[in-house]
Amino acid sequence: MALLPARAPLRRTLGLLPAVAIILAFMVVPVAIMAVFSFLVPRSFGGVEWTFSTDAYVQILFERMLDDSLRFSPGYLMIVLRSFGLALLATVSCLLVGFPVAWFMARRPPGERNLWVLLITIPFWTNQLVRTFAWIIILGRNGVIEAPFRWAGILDQGATLGLMYSNLAITVGLTYTFIPLMVLPIYASLEKLDFSLVEAAADLYSSRLATFRRVVIPLARPGIIAGCLLVFIPSLGAFIQPDLLGGGKKLMLGTLVQFQFTTARNWPFGAAIAMVLLALVMVVLILHARAARPHPAPGGGQ
Amino acid sequence: MTGPRPAARRRRPFGEVPGLGTLAAGFLVFLYAPIAVLVAYSFNAGSIVMVWTGFSTDWYARAFANADIRQAAFNSLVVAVTATAIATVVATLAALVLARGGRFRGSEAVLGLISLPLMVPEIVTAVAVLVFFSGIGLNLGLGNVVIAHVTFCIPFAFMPIRARLDGMDTTLEQAAQDLYASEWATFRLVTLPLLMPGVLAGAMLSFVISMDDFIITMMVAGAGDTTLPVYIYSMIRHGITPEVNAVSSILLLVSIVLVTLYWFMTRTGPGTARR
Amino acid sequence: MRTTAILATATALACAAGLARADGKLNIYNWTDYTAPDLIAKFEAATGIDVTLDTYDTNETLLAKMQAGARGYDIIVPSHNFIPIFIPGGLVQAVDVATMPNFANVDERWRFPAWDPEQKYSAPFHWGTSSVAYRRDLLGHELTSLRDFFEPAEELRGRIMGFETPEEIVNLGHLYLGQAFCNENPEEMQKVQDLLVAQKPYILAYSSEGVNDRLINGDAIIANQWNGNAFRGRITAAEQGKDLAYAYPVEGVIAWADGLLVPTTAENVENARIFMNFVMDPENMALQSDFTGFAGPITGQDAHMSEELRGAPEIEMPADAKMVFSFACNAAAQGLIDRVWTNVLR
Repeated sequence: MALLPARAPLRRTLGLLPAVAIILAFMVVPVAIMAVFSFLVPRSFGGVEWTFSTDAYVQILFERMLDDSLRFSPGYLMIVLRSFGLALLATVSCLLVGFPVAWFMARRPPGERNLWVLLITIPFWTNQLVRTFAWIIILGRNGVIEAPFRWAGILDQGATLGLMYSNLAITVGLTYTFIPLMVLPIYASLEKLDFSLVEAAADLYSSRLATFRRVVIPLARPGIIAGCLLVFIPSLGAFIQPDLLGGGKKLMLGTLVQFQFTTARNWPFGAAIAMVLLALVMVVLILHARAARPHPAPGGGQ
Repeated sequence: MTGPRPAARRRRPFGEVPGLGTLAAGFLVFLYAPIAVLVAYSFNAGSIVMVWTGFSTDWYARAFANADIRQAAFNSLVVAVTATAIATVVATLAALVLARGGRFRGSEAVLGLISLPLMVPEIVTAVAVLVFFSGIGLNLGLGNVVIAHVTFCIPFAFMPIRARLDGMDTTLEQAAQDLYASEWATFRLVTLPLLMPGVLAGAMLSFVISMDDFIITMMVAGAGDTTLPVYIYSMIRHGITPEVNAVSSILLLVSIVLVTLYWFMTRTGPGTARR
Repeated sequence: MRTTAILATATALACAAGLARADGKLNIYNWTDYTAPDLIAKFEAATGIDVTLDTYDTNETLLAKMQAGARGYDIIVPSHNFIPIFIPGGLVQAVDVATMPNFANVDERWRFPAWDPEQKYSAPFHWGTSSVAYRRDLLGHELTSLRDFFEPAEELRGRIMGFETPEEIVNLGHLYLGQAFCNENPEEMQKVQDLLVAQKPYILAYSSEGVNDRLINGDAIIANQWNGNAFRGRITAAEQGKDLAYAYPVEGVIAWADGLLVPTTAENVENARIFMNFVMDPENMALQSDFTGFAGPITGQDAHMSEELRGAPEIEMPADAKMVFSFACNAAAQGLIDRVWTNVLR
């Protein structure tokens, strides 16, 4: 097909050039700088000393004892696992809430859909920190949720439902923060669904569930994948919600890396963690791309 | 709830799930409850955000009189609008090539490259970009911040657009070309309108991400480039005051006014029924 | 004729203010709400210098940013424990504060401090202490020892807040255990770790944000706090009939002092010096103190301060209270703090 963005290599190059150039210059180069830093030695009060060392990587899994021997220490591994777990929880919760909402939006009359897109993004014009503070007022002791219980005398003075400072609070906070990143991509892919076609398919497969699984999901798949990526990866590094709503009693990846560059003043270690994290996420993405290849999304008129 | 699709009226139409409207309403409550709290506390008389001591509009007066916070809000808007515009255009182009240009050698690498800004922890990007900028002596004032924002906004704009393009019907475009429409006309009149929901979604995500960014901006910003999130985070040591709520509420009001205007414009405009 | 008169007056005024150059810009980099708007307005009116104010969140961010090569700022405001990192790191330049006319106003005890012995680099700014604030009405007694904070009674389970930066809470632990700061002795650090691990079930949150908020709504009963914030918290709490107090435990409180410094990369060095001199004036520093609620280093500034602040127990330390300055730890000690903290937060 001779359609715009044609196969012509020149045009392909021109189309990709701005994005690739920007990311190469302002992302790949800085990341390369960090990769170099991760093999250096921290200077006592921040910054790096130009001496080659793999200590930063060793430090992730091993603790150097006083006699200079190494002992396996799972501390940082636990932090990674915990962060992955929480990010997964946030992604699933965003998907469960986000998919029906995106579905609902795609089913609104065409003139109304853009309004919904805006309705969903407006709350996020406010500052994330203040939004999260608002959740403290809602979930906290004497908060909006507890008030009726207290008033009805179910909850004693001084007692609390304990909603705050829990994994539940963190999950609510993360879901709230990242929900638009799930809803909008799914909506963008669902919106192109021709519901009368789906109707015909429903007749063909005779079961709604089968139709959903075999027609709707494949069509919505790119949106779901995009949404999951956009929620999962940023929530790995989230630190405001764990700190404010979770009480900051467990170290998270985001806090840990932040900590190395600021309070701990150990740039190489922070850089090393970031490199490992980057490698892990890349591996997941590549595995995903491999797995996705045999099933190209159907639909669309080829 | 019934879409205007007479063809599908036997039984309950497929897409209609009972309770979906209720769920959407519940979702709006979830989205706006914290916002309601935030606005309510902007009228707090005391200086401690979460402790209600009485009604007052003092914080609005303070916010309006505070040149620093106004400048910060203005910087935020300038950065967010510019970065969103650039990132969206760049991401749209890239998504078009990757979705329509056929599979070519390196297409997966490009895909990986575009998602790279997502995968690097913010503080790492922040320090690295600053080291890089000062190394090459790049000193464009707010321009430095815009460049950094464009970079991390690209994947957020790209993902929904790409999701939209994947498996999108090309018959309309083919028909247009068969009718000898020029490529540009086909793109402008057929492809772009079809792509619009994805572009809008991508642009809104970039905008929101840019408006909220704090770590990267804190590092990259030079003198006079403080944005609203940076200003607000720097309050932490001395305590956040309801002034922040007041500024947030003003921004909210502005966005609601803009959306309402948009709503009325598109309602009376000719393109309402276009799919 | 008239223009000449105006010019002459302006020149006279400028000379009276002791100015070398009366125009240009000054870029101040400081915490939000830590530079009094009245002070800036007065400075701009007096000198014609246009002030731009930018903000950062922590000393650590400021340091990382300066080390990464940020430029464009003429005044930065690090705390005393960071100043010895900035000076040998070549991040700030000597401006000979001791030779400035208003240096004579600096209180004896804030002159030539350990972190800048010749007072070449830093002009003293606010100083204060960090300790714990507590709800006297909920605790039921005066807090006189850090025992209440580190080894609390059972009913304080989940009602204690600590700062989220490990240095503060580890230092407080050293004070309680009678150890030296920046400890490189693994056994002593082990004791600190044991103390913090045992304390953890009693912790509501490790957070430096919303401390007053959570003390006043009753979530927390004892919390790490800075004195100036405690002062503001007490006043708001009193309006609600709640009793919030700042403790001076027998073990001591941790002291800090911020300084005004000029980065090596500053472009308006002369204006920065004018500003430093301007701040070391009793009336001007009083404006600062009134706005921030923190004490200043200038003799005679009290006379210009608000009544409320002058008698405040948070600001005016009791004569018998013990005050210990923290300092920046070397890599070895910092590494131990890091390890303790990672183990506590596991």
